Amino acid sequence: METESRHIRDKVEAGERLSESDALALYRARDILAVGEMAALANRRANGDRVYFIVNRHVNPTNICVNRCRFCAFSKGKDDPLAYTMTMDEILRRAEEAQEQRATELHIVGGLHPDLPFDFYLTMLRSLRERFPSLHVQAFTAVEIDYFRKITGLPLPEVIAQLKDAGIGSLPGGGAEIFAQEIRNEICPEKISGDRWLEVMEAVHAAGLRSNATMLYGHVETLESRVDHMRRLRELQDRTGGFQSFIPLAFHPKNTEIAKGYTTGLEDLLALAVARLYLDNFRHIKSFWIMVGPKLAQISLHFGVDDIDGTVVEEKITHAAGAQAGQEMSVAELVTMIRQAGKIPVERDTLYNVVREWPTEGARA
Amino acid sequence: MNGSGADWREAVERASLGLVSVAEGGRLLREAPLFELGRAADTVRRRVHPDGVVTYIVDRNINYTNVCSCGCSFCAFYRKKDAPDAYVLSEEELAAKIVDTIAAGGVRVLLQGGLHPDWGIDEAVRLVRAVKRHPILLHGFSPPEVWHFAHQSKMTIGEVIARLSDAGLDSIPGGGAEILDDEVRRRISPKKIGWEQWAAVMREAHRQGLRSSATMMFGSVESPEAIVAHLLRVRGLQEETGGFTAFIPWVFQPGNTELSRDPRFGEASARGFGHAVGYLRVLALSRILLTNVPTVQVSWVTMGAKVAQIGLFFGADDFGSTMMEENVVASAGVSFRMSEEEIVATIRDAGFMPAHRPGLPGAPGRGHSFPQWEDTPSLPPGSGPGMSPPGRNVP
Repeated sequence: METESRHIRDKVEAGERLSESDALALYRARDILAVGEMAALANRRANGDRVYFIVNRHVNPTNICVNRCRFCAFSKGKDDPLAYTMTMDEILRRAEEAQEQRATELHIVGGLHPDLPFDFYLTMLRSLRERFPSLHVQAFTAVEIDYFRKITGLPLPEVIAQLKDAGIGSLPGGGAEIFAQEIRNEICPEKISGDRWLEVMEAVHAAGLRSNATMLYGHVETLESRVDHMRRLRELQDRTGGFQSFIPLAFHPKNTEIAKGYTTGLEDLLALAVARLYLDNFRHIKSFWIMVGPKLAQISLHFGVDDIDGTVVEEKITHAAGAQAGQEMSVAELVTMIRQAGKIPVERDTLYNVVREWPTEGARA
Repeated sequence: MNGSGADWREAVERASLGLVSVAEGGRLLREAPLFELGRAADTVRRRVHPDGVVTYIVDRNINYTNVCSCGCSFCAFYRKKDAPDAYVLSEEELAAKIVDTIAAGGVRVLLQGGLHPDWGIDEAVRLVRAVKRHPILLHGFSPPEVWHFAHQSKMTIGEVIARLSDAGLDSIPGGGAEILDDEVRRRISPKKIGWEQWAAVMREAHRQGLRSSATMMFGSVESPEAIVAHLLRVRGLQEETGGFTAFIPWVFQPGNTELSRDPRFGEASARGFGHAVGYLRVLALSRILLTNVPTVQVSWVTMGAKVAQIGLFFGADDFGSTMMEENVVASAGVSFRMSEEEIVATIRDAGFMPAHRPGLPGAPGRGHSFPQWEDTPSLPPGSGPGMSPPGRNVP
């Protein structure tokens, strides 16, 4: 073990790519000080002391979903009393609020609605672009994109071309869960396969759109399946370079069909730090404060993370599963939290252009 | 210092030998790389606890009154006597809470309250007797309360402690320490006893064979140097008495407090350590400087389970208690909850061996499973400097 960890440390210091067995060894050793310090080194090389955040607003237009993923507490059947679908006006009103709050991004993901036509989404994108041209719309997971293909019968590149034409700016990274099919069979049997998720993202990148990638951990997956998940992402990223950030998502058990506790702080930091070390072709590793809580998110800035997401404002999906953090953080809170960690806060737009950099007094390592 | 890893390592090593000035300690707190502090603290923890055990206790926090004449600006809990939500627990309410605690497997009561203007030693002794009718450990009355009883009843500290101890008090919590620096105290708790009085109560308690914990509330208006001064004062006092079993640093929770509305607090907190990363730095430096205090405890009540677990890699070896009831931090709007199962699972997940701290010998409940720590809760009266190293049963 001692030699193995020295071998990995040497590789990290030399900037060499880690193997799958290296990543697995890091997960297994659970030596968080050693992994964290290596991840901090790799992060510093990529991003210096900068930590990014975005002023954004999440919109979840509907919770009605034809899939019934067992890890999901958000999705509802059409006739469920808690089912909702926002009208176009409700969506536009949220965009208006976002604009008033100086947001640069709308983040839109929702359920696979059985009746809404593809046109609804195209109209939504066009209306948003027309009324709020300065807002970047990051919308639709690969799962939703594939669903649009299914309900329209159009080829995938055509679906993506129409969305792009209507004003989609980029794609989030959701729906990836864990790629391994035996895990998907247990947690989301109806969802598109891991291979399909990757094919959709390859097509998205080919169309000149950027996206993120996620990994849902802390449910029934194995460490091997996590490493396999990251391996497939790293291979695709080598081909396309279209992923902007990687976001490990901590499974939240409340109201789901999976009997598990919440993830621990150690699991969360390991997921982030190992990702930073293994995914050497992802510039940004994001800790979603809604998922891990603002306190651990702040600590993660020393464990390989350079992005803390954003102001969010309204979050329904993780909160349905028992997230304890609030739904909103102000810019001042984000800036303070990053500064107190000894880092330099940088407000970014969706594509990581700098909106504003806050100078900081003497960054602390 | 603007040094390399090796320079920092040497500086941290010197600090753990006690060879550190307040200024040097302040620099470590502000500037030493987080992982240098973490590794050094982890090394001290391994040396003091080579067994990899992390302890916890099932107990209940009971606040007998929220009426307090101290009125500290960092406190959201206290009320004036005539406030509509002022309370004093009746003996029946107290008994019911203790019966519940024992039924839930609790082995200890942590009893603390405000400085009630009508209370003196007789009321305190009555309270101790009421608790000790039940087979349960009593960890109660922080130094400001002890001082208050002495003042009200015109007795010496020694007399008050003797009366409480005779009535059955087992140990003393280390609360009311805030920052052991009178300049900071003048700003946040001007009516509370000064640091030397706090130390005098502890010295006397230890002299009479009662053990105690020591706490530190940081993240208000103090400087890094004041934090270091606090740590060095606890270290010095421990060299004298050996009576501290545990050190518990925790972060000021500003919700609903007068201090949070003070603009000077805003300025100080921007530079201070009252946040998650700052917490890990302070926790680690506590472990590094307090090599003579057996246990360093995490505060999941203020930091949450996740950060508390990470604290086990930054020097801590005790997860605190299930609390069952927590009123003081909750008044500031913070309400993390953890069951015993969650505490145990969290400790295990971090790779440590969870162990419940011993309760009263012979009493129902836990506490018999770890005979290696079967020291009685109080030492023979009169043991002073040079007493054997304290066990883990008090914090």
